[in-house]
Parts: sequence; C-alpha cells; structure tokens
Amino acid sequence: MKRTTIILFLLGLSIFEVQAQTVPNPNTAQWWSSPGIIGTALLIAIVSFVAIIIIGSRLSTLIQHLQKKTESKNKESLKSELINLEAEELDLILEKRKAAKTYSLTGNELSGPNSIDDGRGLVTKITHDPENPLVDEKMRETLRLETPEALRNLLIWYLGAAVFWLVFGTLVGQYVGMKFIWPEMDQSAWLSFGRLRPVHTNTVFWGWASLAMVGLGYFVISRTSNTSIFSYTVAKVAWYLMNSAVLVGNILLMSGVNNGGGEYREYIWPVALLFALGLILTCYNFYKTVADRKISEIYISNWYLMGGLMWTITLVVIGYMPSYQDGLGETVIQGYYMHQGVGMWFMTFTLGLVYYYLPTALNKPIYSYSLGVLAFWTQMLFYTLIGTHHFVFSPLPWWLQTVAIVFSVGMFIPVLAGTTNFLMTMKGSWSAISKSYVLPFFLVGVVFYFVGSTQGSLQAFRLTNFIWHFTDFNVAHSHMTMYGIITFLLWACMYSIVPKVTGNEPPGLGVGIHFWMAFVGLFAYMISLMAGGTLRGLSWIEGEPFIQSVVLMQPYWVWRAIGGSLMFVSHLVFAYNFYEMAKKDKRPPVRPTTPFSSAQA
Amino acid sequence: MFDFHKNHKLLFATAFLGFVMLSTVISIIPALQMQEVKPLPGMKDLNSEELKGLRVYVSENCMACHTQQVRNIEMDQVWGQRPSLASDYYYSKKRLDLWRQSPSLLGSERTGPDLTEVGKRQPGQEWHLLHLYNPRIVVKESIMPAYPWLFEEKSPAMVTQKDVLVPVSDDLLKNPGYKLVAKPEAMALIAYLQSLVQIDVGQNLGPDFIPSTRKKKNQADGQESLDLIGVQLYAETCAACHQTSGEGIAGAFPPLAGSKIVNDPDANILVQIILSGYDARPEFGAMPGFANLLTDEEIAAIANHERNSWGNKAPAVTPGQVAEIRKFIQKQ
Repeated sequence: MKRTTIILFLLGLSIFEVQAQTVPNPNTAQWWSSPGIIGTALLIAIVSFVAIIIIGSRLSTLIQHLQKKTESKNKESLKSELINLEAEELDLILEKRKAAKTYSLTGNELSGPNSIDDGRGLVTKITHDPENPLVDEKMRETLRLETPEALRNLLIWYLGAAVFWLVFGTLVGQYVGMKFIWPEMDQSAWLSFGRLRPVHTNTVFWGWASLAMVGLGYFVISRTSNTSIFSYTVAKVAWYLMNSAVLVGNILLMSGVNNGGGEYREYIWPVALLFALGLILTCYNFYKTVADRKISEIYISNWYLMGGLMWTITLVVIGYMPSYQDGLGETVIQGYYMHQGVGMWFMTFTLGLVYYYLPTALNKPIYSYSLGVLAFWTQMLFYTLIGTHHFVFSPLPWWLQTVAIVFSVGMFIPVLAGTTNFLMTMKGSWSAISKSYVLPFFLVGVVFYFVGSTQGSLQAFRLTNFIWHFTDFNVAHSHMTMYGIITFLLWACMYSIVPKVTGNEPPGLGVGIHFWMAFVGLFAYMISLMAGGTLRGLSWIEGEPFIQSVVLMQPYWVWRAIGGSLMFVSHLVFAYNFYEMAKKDKRPPVRPTTPFSSAQA
Repeated sequence: MFDFHKNHKLLFATAFLGFVMLSTVISIIPALQMQEVKPLPGMKDLNSEELKGLRVYVSENCMACHTQQVRNIEMDQVWGQRPSLASDYYYSKKRLDLWRQSPSLLGSERTGPDLTEVGKRQPGQEWHLLHLYNPRIVVKESIMPAYPWLFEEKSPAMVTQKDVLVPVSDDLLKNPGYKLVAKPEAMALIAYLQSLVQIDVGQNLGPDFIPSTRKKKNQADGQESLDLIGVQLYAETCAACHQTSGEGIAGAFPPLAGSKIVNDPDANILVQIILSGYDARPEFGAMPGFANLLTDEEIAAIANHERNSWGNKAPAVTPGQVAEIRKFIQKQ
C-alpha cells in the first residue's frame, strides 16, 4: 500500500515539474541553472532514494515481525520440554555444555606434529610477488561447474558468434567515426556513411549483444531451473536464423536496401522475420525449460529473460506491421520501437543475466528478491510508455510527448531499485573487486546503469531537449548505455562463466588491457561528444550559421575517434582472451558431484 | 492467488498481456490517430521523378544526418517559416513498396542541416549537382560524404543533348578531358530536394514557435553591429555559392570579389539581383531571388558586406534605397 502511495507521489511530483516546464517561455539563456535540469534531478533523486529506503525498512519490519512470531513459538516448546526433564538429565546436559564452552584449539589439529611437506606435489607454485607489476595478480577461478557437453558447446557457439560481430561491428563504427574527420576516406557507395551507420548499429545490436545475451541466457535458464535445455536443436536453429539475419541484413544495407531509415529497424522485413523467428524459437525453448524446472520457484533472472523475449517479439511485430504506419503513424511507432528495443530487449534481458551472474561471481545470494520484482514490473510499466521522448517538440501530439517525459522520470524507480540491489549485493565484498578480474566489469556496468539511465531521464525534459536534441550528445548517451551498461555487463558475465565451464582462464594481462582500454576509450568518447554536443546546441540557440557548428565539432570528433580506437583495440584483445578461454579443456575431468550435473545424467 | 514466483503460466501471461495492452495504448492507437490527418490545401503529391528521388534519399540513408522537422521552438525558425505539422508528411511518408515501409524522414540527428525547406533555400540545380558530386567544392568545411556514383564521366564524343553536365574543374575528374554527367538518380534526388518546401498556411493559422529569452544581439544599433549581421547573413544565405572568400566557383558561381556590379557606385543592379535573382549568363548557374526571404535591412547589410570585403570598395547602401528598389520591381 505504502509503496503505491510513494510511487503515486513521485509521479505526481514529476507531473508537476513537467507542467512547470510548459510555460511557453523557457529561459534558454540560463539553461544550466534552470530548475528543470538541476532541481528536478536532485529532488526526485532524493525522493526516490528515500522511497526505496522506506520500502526497505517496511519490508524488514515485516520480516522481523514474522521472525519474532516463530521465535516465540520455539521458546514455548523449549519451555515445555525443560519442565518435563528429570534432574539427572539436566545435570548431564549442563556439564556437557560447560566442557564445550571451555574447549580451545591447540593449533596443529590438521598438520599434526610433523613439519610441512608437500609429499604428493600438490602445490605447483608459491609466489610472493605478482608476475606483472602493471596489473594486479587476479585470483584464479577455482570453481569448476560440471556442464553437459551440449550446453557448453551451445554457449561457446553463441558467444563466439557474438565476439565476431562485436569486432566486425565496432570496426565499422570506428571507420564511420573517422569519416567525421576525413570525409574523403573512400569514394565507394558500399562504404558511404549513410549506408554504414546502420550496419554498425544493427551489428552491435542484433549481432553482438543479442547473441551474447541469448547464449548467456541459456546457461542461466538451465542452471536456475535445475534441468537441461528443452531442445538443443531448436537453440542451434535459432543461432543460424539470427546470424543469417545479421549477415544478410548488413549486405543489403551496404547495397543500399533499407527499410526506410528508422533506427534499428533498417533491415527490411524478410530479414527482420528471420531474426524474429530466431527469437520466437528461443522464447519457446526458454519457456519449455522453465516450465520443466525441478524446483518450485521461478528464479528472478528468468522473469527478466522471459519478459525480454516476449516483449521483444511483440515489439518486432508491432514495429513491422504496416497498417498504421503511414504519415506520422510511422513516427509514433519509431519512437516506441527504438526505445523499447533498447529497454525491453537489451536492458531487461541483461538485468536478468546480472541477477544470476553477479551473485554467483560473489558467491552469495542477491540482496533483495523483492526489489528485483518491483524493478521488473515498473520496468514494464514505465519503460513501455516513454518512446516519444525522442520526438519532443515534433508535430506528434503534445499529450504523447508529455506522457513520455513524465514516465521517463518514473524510470528512476526501476533504475534505483536495480542499482541498489546490485550495489547492496556487492557490499561487503569490495575487497574482492581488486582481486577479481570479473567484478570491475560488473561495477562499471552497474554504475553506468545508474548514471546512464538517470542521465537519459533528464535528457527527456523539454528544456534539456532545447540544447541536446539532434546533437552528438545523443550519440554519447547511446554509447554510455549500450556500451557502458550492456556491453560491460555482458563482458562481466562472459568472464565469470566461460572459465568455469571450459576450465581455461583468460590471460590476466589481457583482461587488464581489455578493461582499461575499453573504459578509458568510453570515457574519451562520451565526454568529448557530450561537451561538443552541448556547445553545438548552444550555438544553434544563439542562431549562428549552421556550418559554424560543424567546424566547432571538429576537435570533439577527433577525440571521439581516439576514444573509439581504444575501444576497438580493446575488442581485439577481448577476442583473443575469449579464444584462450574457449579452447578445448586441458584440466583433468572432475567427478560429477553437484546435484545439477546428476540431474543432467 | 498471485503466486507469480511459482506459477510460470500466470507470470508470463501477465507480463505478456500487460505489455501488449500498454503498447496498444501508447503506440498503435496514437499511430492510427496520426494516420487520420488530411493534407494541407495546396499540397501536391510527389510526381514520379520526385518519388524516385525520395527512394534514392532513403537508399543512401540521408536521414542519418538530415532531419526534416521544424520544431516549435525559436531556434528552429531558421529551418522553416512555421513549425512542422502532421499534415506536412501526408504524401512523403507513405509506404515505399512491398519491401520497404514509410521512410523515417523526421530523423533524430542533425549532423547536417534540416532539409524541410531546402527547396526554397537552395533552389539551384547547379549547386546541388556540385554539392552531391563533392560537397567540399561548394562548402569547404562540409563533412558530408561525396556521392560520385550518382555521376559518370563521359568522353566528349559520347555526350548527348539530354545529358546534364556538371561544371567541375578538370583536375577533379579521373579521366582528363572527359565531361561529368549526372545520372538519372542524381537528377531525381535533386528534383526531390527541390520539391521540399513548406506549404503556407497563412499568418495566424499555423502553430507558433515557442520564443526563447536570449538577448537579441541584432537589436543593438550602430554601424558595427550592422556589419556583423552582414557577415552572418552572407554566411547563411550567400556563401554556399559565392563562398566566404567571395571568389565564387569557376564555371558555376561568379566571383563577387572585384565584380563590376558589386563595386558599382550605384547599387541599383546589385540590389535588383539580390531581390529577384539572375540567370543572364549561360556559363554560370541560375541565382534565385531573395525578395521573400530577406528584409530591406538584411539585404542592405549583405550588400554592404559585399561592397566592403575582399578588396571591394563602394559606397554604402541604406535600407531605404532597398525599399525603393523593391517597390520599383513590384510595380513592374
């Protein structure tokens, strides 16, 4: 009850803020100090934070109340037990307890009196200094998950294809970014900017992120349902369908066949149909696996995974149905589609992955199941409604724009709930971060989840739209989210699971180089485009000649290309690391002991 | 009853139906409503040449860098006389064919200028030809891709009457001595770009721009600020053809530096050309008139900038003189 009240209050507050902005004379001269940019952000951040603390405390009182009930019950039964005991029995129990209380260890229970001797040669290496002074010596993965051969191969297939598309897609992205500095790089129609840009975006979307997500998802769904995948054949078929969609789609885009230029649906419908079929098969396969689970509860990850799949299938169908897409009908759908593509597919699914891989990497349970549930439903409710914020001040209906802005603010709730959940799960394990090569990726991803999403909500305001819309700031935002959040989290998941499954560790130095180059590259990319985009928007507001804003961007485009190069090179390193991890296992097989693997047998 | 965490059918059905319902409300219903709009009076459907041009526009994905929407905020006033309306897209945003849907013309990035009114701003065919063949011939700072595959080089013997020649200098061609000819795709694309103008809906009928509160520098008077406007207006309106250097482009646009007309103590002809355009010299492209686009003050400022830059020296023109010439032309 209280929770709904808080949510309603929050929404009311945001409506108030948004209405305050529709005063037909926003002061663009002092945009930086406008209440729309600073005040709202701060206020709502604080309120949401307080709301979540309140929700947390309410939940904990409820749990305490229940715990007390069981405690008093136990006390009653103990009392009646004590009363029924004989005096002699009581003495015996007391003496035993006394002896137990005074017992202390001697210190050589395990080794005995003999000196230390590695008679069987179990210790292979003793080191007091790190191998490489540049990067911290990371802990080796000792846990080995006994995985069925078929599942392991499936994982490697999906992840391998994803890595290929990442390298290809970002190579194209890097090339396209360099064209801002050297527009005369080539004279070929197939490599022109307009045609290559969607090749970059679609490849990293449908090739890299989607395939990596589905591959990692198969492991989660099988593991958390404690059963084997419903059908490996279906999974393989889906793999072929999705990869061929990306391949054929890219060739068509480069030859000048695109669906109409709407972002992320540039593939014409027969190609999109291939991908959609792949998704439908995957969804069916996941659903059957969950339905056949060997435990009664559906783990929270699977909510997100199934939600992501079902929602995205709906989305593709709505995005490609022609009957309501003439005139600005297409624009309404475009806003809806491009935002939901990011929100319902990449974000939802990746969150589901984090709900499994983060706790397993830390070897402890997720902080709060309930926060995960709250974030799931609010993700569905709020994210769905905000697509039109890509078309603020456009000829689309004003009410549609306002709804989009209001619910963009509502996005604080799932974002804060998710971030809190992940950070609280990490709490107490901070020291593990410097020792692990996986956790830094998680940390960066989670922090970007908060920063990127919050910044996106702020960007939806009408005032911020004045300055940032149509500029490179948008590009910075999309890289902050698709790269900072999705890609970093996917790397984290891959580094955390592949060594456990194959038994091969990635080279430590390689992971270090990968992390730092990608991280620094992203920062250079983001900051330069944000700064340049802001200046460009201000130049437009000033009414300066347009070409001046192109000249002004030049140094920022150079920095973007530098950042992009770092990111691309880090992907080459990552591809090598992945190859090292995915190689055939050299470790001796471990006896299957876990209940999971016996369920497979 | 609501055991979502144990009943997978209930959980997934709720998530699925909830999303479908929300999507219907937020996308399908508004989209159907937006389809209901009617075209504005006076709007014409694209002719077959323009439609062919639109296909080239989509195929080269010009939407990646060029928007076609004038937002209802003051900073967008430079791109159109009024904010865009849903009706403006009645003819241009129809399904292209069986394979391709209605093009996303509104765009989301303005890496290059908005094209809502490019047909009015840049009506000349020669400019477009040069600009498409290589944008940096006409705008040095441009980062737009060149589209050489919309053109072909023909030996002079092969050139026919129908061919449209592009006036590029010889050193830009791969085959010296050849002529650069625009392919039909280039001509169609230009026809489409030339068709892009906003339909006038009358003074008070269209939506208003939301004004911004920035201080208008232009309102300050005095000669110095007038010069400043002259430079800026010249950059916005004239430099695309005559270049910031005033040197023009050989074979396409005449130089203003050292021009007899510009340096003439009597500014009559210069102002007349700015007002009503010029197409008397076959070796150069046609110039459109700016009578409807610029005020008397703005034309005076531009003329004075031209008359006092790049080594030119001629007496100043006043807005009053421009007004008189305007009246004289209107009478004719």
